[in-house]
Amino acid sequence: MDKQKNVQLMQGNEAVVEGAIAAGVRFFAGYPITPSTEILERISVRLPQVGGKFIQMEDEIASISAVLGASMGGVKAMTATSGPGFALMVETIGYAIVAEIPCVVVEVQRVGPGAGMVFTSQQDTMSIRWATPGGFETITLAPASVKECFELTIRAVNLSERFRVPVFLLSDAHLAHIREKVEVPNYNEVLRVDRTRPTVPPYKFLPYEADETGVPGMPDFGSEYRCKIVAVLHDKTGKYGPSPEERTFILKRLHNKILAHLDELPMVEEYMLEDADIAVFSYGICARAVKAALKTARAEGIKVGLMRPITLWPFPKEAVSKLTSRVSDIIVAEMNSGQLLGEVERANEGNANIRFVGQEDGIVMDPQRILSAIREVG
Amino acid sequence: MAKIAPLAEIVEKQIDMLTYGQWGICAGCGGGIVVQALARAVDTIGIPNKDIVILNGIHCSGSQAASLKCNFIGGLHGRSIAYATGLKFARPDLTVITVQGDGDAVGIGGNHFIHAARRNSDITVVVNNNFIYGRTGGQYGPTTPKGAFATSAPYGTVDRPIDICKLAESAGATFVARGTTYHVIELVDILEKAIRHHGFSVLDIITQCPTAFGRYNPSLMGNSTTEMLKWMRDHSVRIDKAKGIGTQELEGKLVIGVFVDKEAPVYEDEYEKIIQAAKKVK
Repeated sequence: MDKQKNVQLMQGNEAVVEGAIAAGVRFFAGYPITPSTEILERISVRLPQVGGKFIQMEDEIASISAVLGASMGGVKAMTATSGPGFALMVETIGYAIVAEIPCVVVEVQRVGPGAGMVFTSQQDTMSIRWATPGGFETITLAPASVKECFELTIRAVNLSERFRVPVFLLSDAHLAHIREKVEVPNYNEVLRVDRTRPTVPPYKFLPYEADETGVPGMPDFGSEYRCKIVAVLHDKTGKYGPSPEERTFILKRLHNKILAHLDELPMVEEYMLEDADIAVFSYGICARAVKAALKTARAEGIKVGLMRPITLWPFPKEAVSKLTSRVSDIIVAEMNSGQLLGEVERANEGNANIRFVGQEDGIVMDPQRILSAIREVG
Repeated sequence: MAKIAPLAEIVEKQIDMLTYGQWGICAGCGGGIVVQALARAVDTIGIPNKDIVILNGIHCSGSQAASLKCNFIGGLHGRSIAYATGLKFARPDLTVITVQGDGDAVGIGGNHFIHAARRNSDITVVVNNNFIYGRTGGQYGPTTPKGAFATSAPYGTVDRPIDICKLAESAGATFVARGTTYHVIELVDILEKAIRHHGFSVLDIITQCPTAFGRYNPSLMGNSTTEMLKWMRDHSVRIDKAKGIGTQELEGKLVIGVFVDKEAPVYEDEYEKIIQAAKKVK
């Protein structure tokens, strides 16, 4: 007999919490900020129920720091914030990159610089990629539905553990608050990836020596392995002040442990693209508006489809390059003034005509505006 | 007070000589004395090194704490207490000690210091208080005395200094003490008490910086290691004696000893009760 499906009506922020619990996150430190606060509130209920720990810190700097502290202790840890809070976290995110500490940061976007306003946008697509100083590679996932808030949170946790990097889930004020159906799996059956532990005996262990995966084994504190985690550029032993060759080596390794997986990491959804002459490139909540417009356009006989990157970073350059050879026109639609637009232009090896539809008034993209653009091109 | 073991014995047992010295400090710095005292305290208490985590911010004196044969977290400037809060909360079985400078602990990291004290997290905070930002070449910091000179205070500071012990006490720390690098035997003893204490412990260690603070302020503590250590000897008043002395007479003196040593609910223990309650509700 088939087991009955467990379908629940959930809010985007709530789905993030359930995804985290399902993925094995057992530590959360955060600070209230609209529109991410429900994550903080909900996980404060859920974590102790499963033996996990929740702490509200004094600010966002402390929140990400406590998350790293817990992760170093061997516990899967996460925080959630919005743009202004993310701005406070960026130095410590750089620390997580160089020290190679797994963690997940959920960024629920609002609109505008400074305190902005608590309405939706996609204005942090670039800042999530480049905010912290220094050269680095990280991973950013962009859900477009409540279902994906659940699924991609699990994926984010697993990727952070696998690569020992901070992974970002880029949500927005609208997605955070809408309610949709989610088919919830049995949490015991969810695939959970754990960081690799050292494979050498303790006396041979060097904290930053990696095998061919480029990811060093990470022991738990309190084990027979002497842990040493450092914020500075270091050699394999964690020693400060490596030579120029060693500096190049460590930075290359940090880049390559991500870049070596470009065949697998960038996830892209293709929708009605098989026979399309025109493609709309859009992601997150904005892609939902695009899908609505596509149905009308198709009914009018326009051959148009959607390419939706689910992984924003690393950018799915290869998929976009191929697309530029397949279609004559690409309409880039984002709820900002053009951020991934530049990446699409850089990937335009097929010389497709690129046009842009932006919106940054704090309101979700109007499908009519996409439709108008499609009609103009078509 | 425990028997003082020979230095060579402590070094052999507690210090990894391969990493000692890679964290360059100036001649005459008090940081080495603090690390030696820490190594002795750890040795006396007898906690296995694998269960101890030393956290370090960005500062000079005491950054050799990385050479203790314990686990080590070298963090960003001012954030050690915030990492320690998460680490101790997630792993209450570990002994968590931060070794920081005065700027690291109560300047850039002041907010974390206050709030960890308020929560009474079971962390030991060891502050190397040398009255100056030494690592960056001698700028004035949160504990620099008013009127002292620094590379960023060429005409003398206008700022009033913060008293780390008073701050810790008022924020809710349950163990607060001050020692100096002159009173070494006492320092080991206080460190031992601080680490053993269940709750948030703060140790304000007055340490000499002849290179920056001494050089710019020879009239305050002297400008050599020996002069500065002698100054500590001559200006320290033990807390029990200080109680009988008026505030005016204590002006310019260093009150040393244990200011606060009390029991109070500890954050990690209190949250464990939450977990037990939440599991029942589910």
